[in-house]
Amino acid sequence: MIIKILGSGCKKCGALAENAKVAAQTEGINAEIEKVTDVVAIASYGIMSTPGLVIDEKVVSTGRVLTASEISPLLKEASA
Amino acid sequence: MQDVFIWLNDQLLRMQWLSDLVTLLVRDGMGLDPVSRVGGSVHFFIYDVIKIFILLSVLIFSISYVQSYFPPERTRRILGQRQGLWANTLAALLGTITPFCSCSSIPLFIGFTSAGLPLAVTFSFLISSPLVDLASVILLASIFNWSIALAYVVIGLVLAVLGGTLIGRLQLEGQVAAFVYQSPVSDHDNDGTISRRERLSYAGDQVREIAARVWLYVLIGVGIGAAIHNWIPEDFISALLGQDKWWSVLVATVAGVPMYADIFGTLPIAEALVEKGVGLGTALTFMMAVTALSLPSMIMLKRVVKLPLLAVFIGIVTTGIILIGYIFNATSHLFI
Repeated sequence: MIIKILGSGCKKCGALAENAKVAAQTEGINAEIEKVTDVVAIASYGIMSTPGLVIDEKVVSTGRVLTASEISPLLKEASA
Repeated sequence: MQDVFIWLNDQLLRMQWLSDLVTLLVRDGMGLDPVSRVGGSVHFFIYDVIKIFILLSVLIFSISYVQSYFPPERTRRILGQRQGLWANTLAALLGTITPFCSCSSIPLFIGFTSAGLPLAVTFSFLISSPLVDLASVILLASIFNWSIALAYVVIGLVLAVLGGTLIGRLQLEGQVAAFVYQSPVSDHDNDGTISRRERLSYAGDQVREIAARVWLYVLIGVGIGAAIHNWIPEDFISALLGQDKWWSVLVATVAGVPMYADIFGTLPIAEALVEKGVGLGTALTFMMAVTALSLPSMIMLKRVVKLPLLAVFIGIVTTGIILIGYIFNATSHLFI
């Protein structure tokens, strides 16, 4: 599974990446976390507010730092 | 009743108490005469820095709370349902409350355009967003007065509506980078799931983030303001920017456009200029030039639009703020 964090390098993106990592570990999912920082690349996902969370190329959240427990169900859904 | 309002205005917005306190500090604490050159500069610097940071924190907090109800996705949905001049006006108005910094102009531009919003509407939004925001209005009221603040807003909105409409008329849709139209539209919107606690913590985060981003500009701006206030000879300033000099507005524009600063850093400079006898219009033009057009945001926009459209955008906004400067200079006796 590939998790992408969309955001131009703000503190929130770091926090979101950290939470995603924790969630993946809790769920026992082998995920690769990638940060996308280029604004054009970010916009090519169609999102306007960062940070954005993308799981396997699908946008699941924008404009918020989700907690690990909020990310877990999204990961489960994506791996199902 | 009016006395109460004036008192509230003086104490809360102009922070007369703070000015008095700093006078005490400068005179008794540092042994400087507050009306002397050095004492005056020190007073201007301390008072303005503290005042701006207090206003900045309170304003950004409350405005961010309101903004959390208007994420760009929602703005786009609202705008998509309107047409014509009404859509432009709404775009200009929403531009004042949608969270915006020059770094988000590209995602917004792509997001709006790929969803099929006309260029006219998108540009009305892009012009009004950095130019007019709620924080700048209250700051203007604090430093100048309410009629100037309201006039600034109205004129900023008119510029945004007219500028956007004009860009729409020119039919420059072909001047947008092709990939923009092919970008997917994600209507993902967290708005419904955000709790009040999250909005509050969002507002708190915004204050910290913006303060961290602008504190240096504020210090530099107030520093320049203090220097203009007490060290640069009035003759020099009025020769260059005086109210009776026809070129003053042009000089202010040329100086302001490449500069990149927040409204919080620009206001103290405008304040000091007006105190030195520079026309109100000239000072406002300078502020608008600094905030509305900046090199970094132009470089970013260049990635999504082709040069002719960028040039039209810069041309229209520049012409607009120059006109505003002359209009304000000619009518400033109505506001002061």
